[in-house]
Amino acid sequence: MSETLSELSVSLWRGARQGHYENYTVPQRESQTVLDVVTFVQRHIDPTLSYRFACRVGVCGSCAMTVNGKPRWTCRTHVAKVAYGGHLEIGPLANLTVIKDLATDMQPFFEKWQQAKGAFEPSKTRQDAIAQIRPDSPARMAADAAIECINCGVCYAACDTVRWNAKYLGPAALTRAWTLLNDERDAGNTARLQAVAADGGCHACHSHQSCQELCPQALNPTASIAGLKRRTAAAYLKGEIEG
Amino acid sequence: MRLYIWQRATAALLLPLILVHLAVIFYATRHGMTAADILSRTRGSIAWASYYGLFVAIVSIHASIGVRNILIEWSPVTERRAGRCAIGFGLLLFVLGVRAVAAVVLS
Amino acid sequence: MTARVIKHRDSALWIAAMVHRLSGLGLAIFLPLHFLALGLAIEGEAKLESFLRWSEQPLVKIAEGGLVFLLTVHLLGGLRILVIENFPWSSGQKQIATLAAVVSAIVAFVFLSRVF
Repeated sequence: MSETLSELSVSLWRGARQGHYENYTVPQRESQTVLDVVTFVQRHIDPTLSYRFACRVGVCGSCAMTVNGKPRWTCRTHVAKVAYGGHLEIGPLANLTVIKDLATDMQPFFEKWQQAKGAFEPSKTRQDAIAQIRPDSPARMAADAAIECINCGVCYAACDTVRWNAKYLGPAALTRAWTLLNDERDAGNTARLQAVAADGGCHACHSHQSCQELCPQALNPTASIAGLKRRTAAAYLKGEIEG
Repeated sequence: MRLYIWQRATAALLLPLILVHLAVIFYATRHGMTAADILSRTRGSIAWASYYGLFVAIVSIHASIGVRNILIEWSPVTERRAGRCAIGFGLLLFVLGVRAVAAVVLS
Repeated sequence: MTARVIKHRDSALWIAAMVHRLSGLGLAIFLPLHFLALGLAIEGEAKLESFLRWSEQPLVKIAEGGLVFLLTVHLLGGLRILVIENFPWSSGQKQIATLAAVVSAIVAFVFLSRVF
């Protein structure tokens, strides 16, 4: 059993779009994470609290919430590191519709993923030989640097352009498009370039870099999107896509 | 796509243009120039007319695209209306700018 | 929701992006006035001269210093964007962004020292 150090006051968002922050007091424990705190409230204080989690160890991306103003993975955020003056404020992710309490509707996030053509388009069949991809080729290295996205939504919640521009596809969707653009095996890159060059595509990004600052996987969507800007501009000037 | 390219291209062109303009500003302030001093240099000068005429055209494009972005993201107007406002603003800048260049170049 | 929603917007790079946008807006508002002032020359040298005399006032000079700051900081911020979008990623951007703000302030200060 880990010892109780003192008490922590937490405010949790209750409700949907209309709602309020409700205060709870929970015991503070060593190595406690924000997810531990939310779980404690739901199990011991208020069973009507709604929230999402799955793996609890930072590999699934389900538990992202707004903690003291920043979107983070709650299972990998130590209370000791973020509780200023012994207080925590936890709310649902921004830029998404709140379903209830700390759970948001991720549907638009995934729809934009599809809109950005974030799905692999095969170019071969099982009868063909397996593609030989060199892991140290520049394209593969570019793809590998951006591939570890687990769709947690932190970048999307952090992005002000998402907030201000309803059409903007967002950093995660565009990053995935960038990895596929760099995948030699993919056959859908003309359509993909057209998709990310459309209204709300990569050109809407103003390089605020909140995504890059906050990505828990240390990905750099700003750089991936800059790559998309270069590729779409080149394609447009060559007449391969329409503007 | 097109607006993005125009915005970035005009930005790149503006880099040297603005640096020269800053140099002109600093020169004018050092020498405490009067209207007569200024106009004696600009009147009848093809160089001034071309340089600042080009400057006005490029700035009009660059500023209007920037204003369009701000309108779309920070105001409730539709994209289409923002585009029209931006074109209007760009034309305003161009007309006033060409008038200003003509004012100091033509006698 | 809460005022704390601004918390993660404390990064030097986010501030740089906002300064870039606001300086651009400031310059866009200023430009028509600048063109109108120069256009006074149409009505003759005397008209322009009396405007220049009016602009000798300390408050106007300080405002001009502010404009020089806006111009320089907008140029450097735009340069930041052009570099991010066209060159390989570089780390140390936060330091460069802060340096750009300092350089702009210095340029504006030098301008002010020459006009006072």
